[in-house]
Amino acid sequence: MNPAIQTRDLSFAYQDRLVLHAVSLSVDRGEMIGILGPNGSGKTTMLKIFSAVLHGQGAVKINDRDIETYGRRDLSKLFAVVAQESRMNFPYTVAEVVLMGRASYHSAFALEGKKDLEIARASMELTDCLLFANRYLHELSGGEKQRVMIARALAQEPEILLLDEPSAFLDLKHQVQVFELLRRLNRDRGLTIVAALHDLNLASLFFPRLVVLRDGKIYRDGSPKEVLTEKTIEEVYGIRVRIEQDPFSEKPQLFICPSL
Amino acid sequence: MKVLDRRKMIFVNGVLLALLTLSMVACTLLGPVHLDLSRALRDLSFANPDAEILFRARLPRVLLGVAIGGGMAACGVVLQALLGNPLACPQMLGVSGGASLGGILGLILFPNWLLPIAGGLLGEISWVPLAAFLGALCSMTLVYRFSLFHGRLHPYHLLLSGVIFNSFIAAVIMFLNSIIDFYQAQGLLFWLMGSLSTRAYLTVAFIWAYISFGFLWLWAKGLSLNLITLGEEAAMQLGVETGALQRQIFIASSLMIGAMVSVSGMIGFIGLMIPHVMRLIIGSDHRLLLPASFLAGGIFLCWADTLARVLLAPAELPVGIITAFFGGPFFLFLLYREGRKALTL
Repeated sequence: MNPAIQTRDLSFAYQDRLVLHAVSLSVDRGEMIGILGPNGSGKTTMLKIFSAVLHGQGAVKINDRDIETYGRRDLSKLFAVVAQESRMNFPYTVAEVVLMGRASYHSAFALEGKKDLEIARASMELTDCLLFANRYLHELSGGEKQRVMIARALAQEPEILLLDEPSAFLDLKHQVQVFELLRRLNRDRGLTIVAALHDLNLASLFFPRLVVLRDGKIYRDGSPKEVLTEKTIEEVYGIRVRIEQDPFSEKPQLFICPSL
Repeated sequence: MKVLDRRKMIFVNGVLLALLTLSMVACTLLGPVHLDLSRALRDLSFANPDAEILFRARLPRVLLGVAIGGGMAACGVVLQALLGNPLACPQMLGVSGGASLGGILGLILFPNWLLPIAGGLLGEISWVPLAAFLGALCSMTLVYRFSLFHGRLHPYHLLLSGVIFNSFIAAVIMFLNSIIDFYQAQGLLFWLMGSLSTRAYLTVAFIWAYISFGFLWLWAKGLSLNLITLGEEAAMQLGVETGALQRQIFIASSLMIGAMVSVSGMIGFIGLMIPHVMRLIIGSDHRLLLPASFLAGGIFLCWADTLARVLLAPAELPVGIITAFFGGPFFLFLLYREGRKALTL
């Protein structure tokens, strides 16, 4: 099967600072990948290149076609992005924000049709947003806001979902809810998911494949068991940890050993 | 789930259109000289003073006021959305100033071969707006570039550059006025303060044409404007070609501002106040916000100009004074509110 995303020797620099260095990565359709790595290791940049906000050097192919050959409208039907934080300068209701995900599907003059409303409603149901559909986005808590952003992404009916630290501002319950939702979407709908993650334990529990970036290069790529080792964590994050296998999920879990 | 539907579009625009029509009729009848409508309509010849006042003085002025009030409000809406800054408006960003300077330079450099055409009128309504349009476009690009750091637009830099740019332009206009004796001294006050005065129907028709063209162009971008308020990256990811959108909006709104400033000078604050008030009432969906703000801006300037005509009758105030009277305190209130919001974020 053709890979959904494929990069070859992808590099990117902000002015003279090299952020990504010859990254070659292949993401198959229906895969669920967690990108790990310390701050500044290039996670966000990589996601931005996939959604064509930034343009790197080297080849990026989406469904076997060069990313540069896609128009923005087409890309927005393939990719949906949930950013770290979202700016909102003007008051919009939750329903309005979710419907913005449908923008590429109808003409600029037309209002949203019945189908758009149905899809928006279904996405809000899936993310538990329907209850506050008529409230203003800026009145919501961080967790609720993030769920709205995921609902908007789902309304785009994408093939690939990109998330940049989707659980950064969430409490534990909502973190787990978001990850469970992602896993459900991946299993039931075959949605391809690429997420930049900070929480290694949650990443291990929910993501079958993990990619670790260090200084803009792929340092490890494999299953949680292969990637999350005491040695790798110490080399990449510079902290000492103890790793044990959780007897229920049979996934590795980290225990931090603070230096006294 | 409450979202914008056809019923709301028709209802809001219908109500505003009705209010606008009523306001236009009322403002045509109100003025320092009493006007009897039935007597004016009975005999449409030049011999009838009521008809003369109605059709020669009041009506073209009201028509012009509606176009300019509506155009300013619409430009305010799109600039606020595009720049992600609720305090943006044509005047605050120095765009009206740039258009004024462009227009004045256009007058000074008025090519003589345009003079004989239609007694100079045709030249005046094409050449001067063109110069003002270029002035507006240049200043918009300039102020924008000066507020862009590492690809991010700095909201307070934007306003500050606009304000400074405005006072610089005002100085240049004063300077030009003292070295070149063009028209009369009164001409200067018109560009800086903004005033509506009665114009020929041909001029009014041209201004309406410029503004309608620009407005329809902007309205067609309503959906993209919704998305761009989320920020450039988010808009791109939702399918908007942001660079093209920005260029088109700069050009379309400069065209409108150039046309408006070339006949009425800098009438400020409409582009600031009206979009805010309308957003509070009908929400932020630009597919409705744009036409609704246009109509509301028309209503507002219609009444503001009537006030300017009757307040010190028979003397007449520049209408820019009236709009600044409302707009100044309004701006301070918004600035205070935005500042408080920024602190709590």
